[in-house]
Amino acid sequence: MSHSVTVTDLHYTYPDGRQALRGVTFSVGEKERLAVLGPNGAGKTTLALHLNGLLRADQGTVRIGDLEVGDDELVGIRRRVGLVFQDPDDQLFMPTVEEDVAFGPANLGLENDALASQVDRALAVVEATHLRTRVPHHLSGGEKRRISLATVLAMEPGVLVFDEPASGLDPAGRRELINTLSGLPITQIVVTHDLPLALELCPRSVIMDQGRVVADGPTRELLGNRELLARHRLEMP
Amino acid sequence: MGAGHAHALYVHEHSVVHRLAPESKLVAAVLFIVGVAITPREALWAFGLYAAVLGVVLAVARVPLRFFLVRLLAILPFIAFAFLIPFIASGERVEVLWFDVSREGVWGAWNILAKGTLGATTSIILAATTEVPKLVQGLGVLRVPAVLVSIAAFMIRYLELIAEELGRMRMAMASRGYDPRWLGETKPIAAAAGAMFVRSYERGERVHSAMLARGYTGVMPVLGRSPAEWGDWLVAMTIPLVGLAIAVTALVVT
Repeated sequence: MSHSVTVTDLHYTYPDGRQALRGVTFSVGEKERLAVLGPNGAGKTTLALHLNGLLRADQGTVRIGDLEVGDDELVGIRRRVGLVFQDPDDQLFMPTVEEDVAFGPANLGLENDALASQVDRALAVVEATHLRTRVPHHLSGGEKRRISLATVLAMEPGVLVFDEPASGLDPAGRRELINTLSGLPITQIVVTHDLPLALELCPRSVIMDQGRVVADGPTRELLGNRELLARHRLEMP
Repeated sequence: MGAGHAHALYVHEHSVVHRLAPESKLVAAVLFIVGVAITPREALWAFGLYAAVLGVVLAVARVPLRFFLVRLLAILPFIAFAFLIPFIASGERVEVLWFDVSREGVWGAWNILAKGTLGATTSIILAATTEVPKLVQGLGVLRVPAVLVSIAAFMIRYLELIAEELGRMRMAMASRGYDPRWLGETKPIAAAAGAMFVRSYERGERVHSAMLARGYTGVMPVLGRSPAEWGDWLVAMTIPLVGLAIAVTALVVT
């Protein structure tokens, strides 16, 4: 089972008439890490929501390996593609951390010991085993972010889509997250406007603006092109 | 927002009462309250005994007296209403502390005061010794319909978040010089309430997306903890059994 991602000519218009995606095309190879960069309102989050079928394209396709995202394959797609939301308070909704981490695998049919060991494993990856019995909304920002990641890793996805992973994190929290992500041997799509993070984490990037991919290449090259960045409201610090 | 894992109603302790399984405490509390509710109001001694039983549980659970009294203030509005009854009820009049009041009304007020205070005390003990997530789990173990348990869990989860948002909004209004004194100046509050509603609604949609993304198909998965040991039930049930014994005795002798 391959975990490459192929997006072809994706179009999406919100019900209020806002055209968020106007023909997005790119692909990510198995176990590759790709950054999706772009200014606010470029359509990055909308794209992320298409990758596991939460939004359905008006036109164009998303393929995960040999599976096309569509009504028939939703369960299989959501098992393969883990999506971490921008706001951990949207992601963490169960009464305790361990129940939240168990939510996904339980939906996949895991029970009892198998479920418990899956929760253990996911919490260990993000080094949060000690937070197990805590109430999610009483955690710090960095802890919430790590648990959000664990809730998705517990489903053992082959593709991880992370929307603004470092927003609201302090430097140490950011460092820990980068270390965790760079150690994960799965396909990753990191949606962000944090350019240094992209440079550290992803060898390759695409830049989106106004619902289109406007550049695709090695992150170092793209971020070295000041003129390109300025044209799309981006800037290296 | 503290880093602690406790809720405002919870007292962090390690007493016997804290350790009991939540479902056993839930059932015990409900049964005890039923016992109190069916006790005839004239059996004054019975209410004294109930208070003594709860006093012992409070002490064993190491709930600080001050904490308990502050929590008990929540029933003040009901008590205030009860004090009106002797003056507005009809029937035979008696004189109590220079006031000419209705005998039936005095008994009615006493009934509300005694049973209300005992019921509130029971729930304060339950909340002080059981963390909210455990209470929710307890409801699940007791086979309360899953939809109701989910609604309760979500409400608890997001109520605090919404309260925080409201607090931030109020600060943002105050920092821009908003200080309402007259009814005519309350329009921004109404606007803020509207904005809160829309925000909560949108958050609801995002949370639903997050659930779908993790394979939610419309049924909450059962994440059951193993149910209470019989020992827990045995210990927890002594309290309502004593309570029901008092109630039955009171019913018989009155």
